[in-house]
Amino acid sequence: MSVLVNKNSKVIVQGFTGSEGTFHASQMIEYGTNVVGGVTPGKGGTKHLDRPVFDTVADAVAKTGADVSIIFVPPAFAADAIMEAANGGIKVIITITEGIPVADMVKAKEYISKYNCRLIGPNCPGVITADEAKVGIMPGFIFKKGNIGIVSKSGTLTYEAADQVVKAGMGITTAIGIGGDPIIGTTTKQAVELLMNDPETHGIIMIGEIGGNLEANAAKWIKEHGTKPVVGFIAGVTAPVGRTMGHAGAIVGGENDTAEAKKRILRECGIHVVDSPAQIGKKMAEVMGVKA
Amino acid sequence: MNLHEYQGKSILANYGVAVQRGIVVDSVEESVAKAKELTKQTGTEWFVVKAQIHAGGRGKGVITETGSNGVVLAKGLDKVEEKVKGILGGHLVTKQTSKEGKRVNKVLLAEDVYYPGPTEVKEFYMSVLLDREKERNVIVYSTEGGMDIESVAEHTPHLIFKEDIDPRVGLQGFQARKIAFNLGLSGDAFKGMVKFVNALYAAYVGCDASMFEINPVLKTSDNKIIAVDSKVSLDGNSLDRHPDYAAMRDKTEEDPTEVEAGEAGLNYVKLDGNVGCMVNGAGLAMATMDIIKLSGGNPANFLDVGGTANAERVEKAFRIILKDPNVKAILINIFGGIVRCDRVAQGIVDAYKNMGSIPVPIIVRLQGTNAAEAKALIDASGLNVHSAVLLQEASDLVKSVLK
Repeated sequence: MSVLVNKNSKVIVQGFTGSEGTFHASQMIEYGTNVVGGVTPGKGGTKHLDRPVFDTVADAVAKTGADVSIIFVPPAFAADAIMEAANGGIKVIITITEGIPVADMVKAKEYISKYNCRLIGPNCPGVITADEAKVGIMPGFIFKKGNIGIVSKSGTLTYEAADQVVKAGMGITTAIGIGGDPIIGTTTKQAVELLMNDPETHGIIMIGEIGGNLEANAAKWIKEHGTKPVVGFIAGVTAPVGRTMGHAGAIVGGENDTAEAKKRILRECGIHVVDSPAQIGKKMAEVMGVKA
Repeated sequence: MNLHEYQGKSILANYGVAVQRGIVVDSVEESVAKAKELTKQTGTEWFVVKAQIHAGGRGKGVITETGSNGVVLAKGLDKVEEKVKGILGGHLVTKQTSKEGKRVNKVLLAEDVYYPGPTEVKEFYMSVLLDREKERNVIVYSTEGGMDIESVAEHTPHLIFKEDIDPRVGLQGFQARKIAFNLGLSGDAFKGMVKFVNALYAAYVGCDASMFEINPVLKTSDNKIIAVDSKVSLDGNSLDRHPDYAAMRDKTEEDPTEVEAGEAGLNYVKLDGNVGCMVNGAGLAMATMDIIKLSGGNPANFLDVGGTANAERVEKAFRIILKDPNVKAILINIFGGIVRCDRVAQGIVDAYKNMGSIPVPIIVRLQGTNAAEAKALIDASGLNVHSAVLLQEASDLVKSVLK
């Protein structure tokens, strides 16, 4: 078991022949991900990285049976690519693209809500199930197999957490990068819920940051329904009010979306919150009773 | 990207929103001629002189040099020059600016719209923005206009109303009517408000704004509905498709170092601490700032160098961080994934050598691909650089150099 992606996932790459798509598709193939083809409108019928290129997602799904898509399409066209994936029958749509206009995402998210699909991202590092499938841009070697799941808004902070988990003598089931934009497909709560329901995952690391209330909502859900220990970290205690800190969604709007307020809610909901990002792995090991 | 009041009003006017008419002035000498020109359009010789800066609270704010408020009334053509002189070129300090305030490079001469007439003048509040929780746009409005909306929310939350907009169909007629009814309007003012709401929403959508705030929306004594102020933020990710709005950016309103960093492709936010930092990835960058705080320092900046931390970018980042005289140490925290740490380390060494000397201690933490080789490279360089592999080690090193 695992969540979202595994060794049976048939993955297509939207924006396959572009430089980002090419580079990361190669890395994914090298990792062992079952990349069955890609989509670049106008290049259908050709081959790229030894795999077929299609003009449309619907074509790619019909010919390859693809169920997962990863999107590297430039920001101005990415929302369109997300909607095409949903309409074409893709079940898990992972969007790496950073910088999609918010208005486009409001429409795209509403559009895909009538399809039976799940969007991850945008502005995220993707999803990796250790030793099975990497559908993203993360360095695969860090994610040694184990029983800890990770949910995070941030790319490099996910790598940091995974690395600490491994160094503390544990490993990863699936790491889900949900993305740092104001509107994202899968919320912290939904990603945590997936991991709670995964029998292979025994503990969860939840990494959030300033802005919005995704972490608070997840924490309240965990308090009600949680069955596994959760370690939490919220980045941005030192971030000033009203400034966007890199991620479009990382901005303190009011007193409830500061890092301190979120941490307080997480603690009240029984989550093991660490103040220092250097202590994530250590705290997880302590909670899980693992000796490094 | 934030706009000035006069820019927001010009967008509104293009979408058919009635606005308080005005003319922008950037020198005292031309102010009277411009005022006369405005009078030809409006018929009034009373003017409101408004400082154009990117900060709220201008009316109560004070110009350091002259003691004038940021928004003042000129009761007659003969008062215009004196009033403009009191504001233009001065530094306006409001509760939203720093103690130094913001230099006023432009003032807006606007018609006086609070003239007496058959009915009472009323001020409302209205804004359009994204509701992140509901993932749709929302129109927020209140009968309590002309004052700080945060304090209305705190003291009289029942006087703030919200109307969600369905992304599939957009703003509907019944919603605009509901807003006008809730504001207690009838007759011409009601009709005017319905039109206003529709046009305001069209402007918000049309320019891909992330916020459009009008405070106050005025019902004049002769029952017209007009925008007297505008506070607009555009979605930075949408500017490529709006070159005309992108051209409205006023770089003089931004921190010059942040502008320079942005032009170099670095995501930099200036803060007021004593430890600079350079990190790859926004989340890790915020986490690194927090580590600095936990180590007894305060972050001097947020800086995401992005995916390619080569010598050129590292050098640029060093130069930007070191412009801040408060910086007593620099923490570089790179988690190398696809980027190899040894290449980043070489970049740091090269940048350091290019710069000749760097006057503060540097702590470099490189983790991930080829981290051990990177540490060896830094340690062998003979530079005044402390290297670490684990985040905790980096934290401890910050603590020790600050002692």
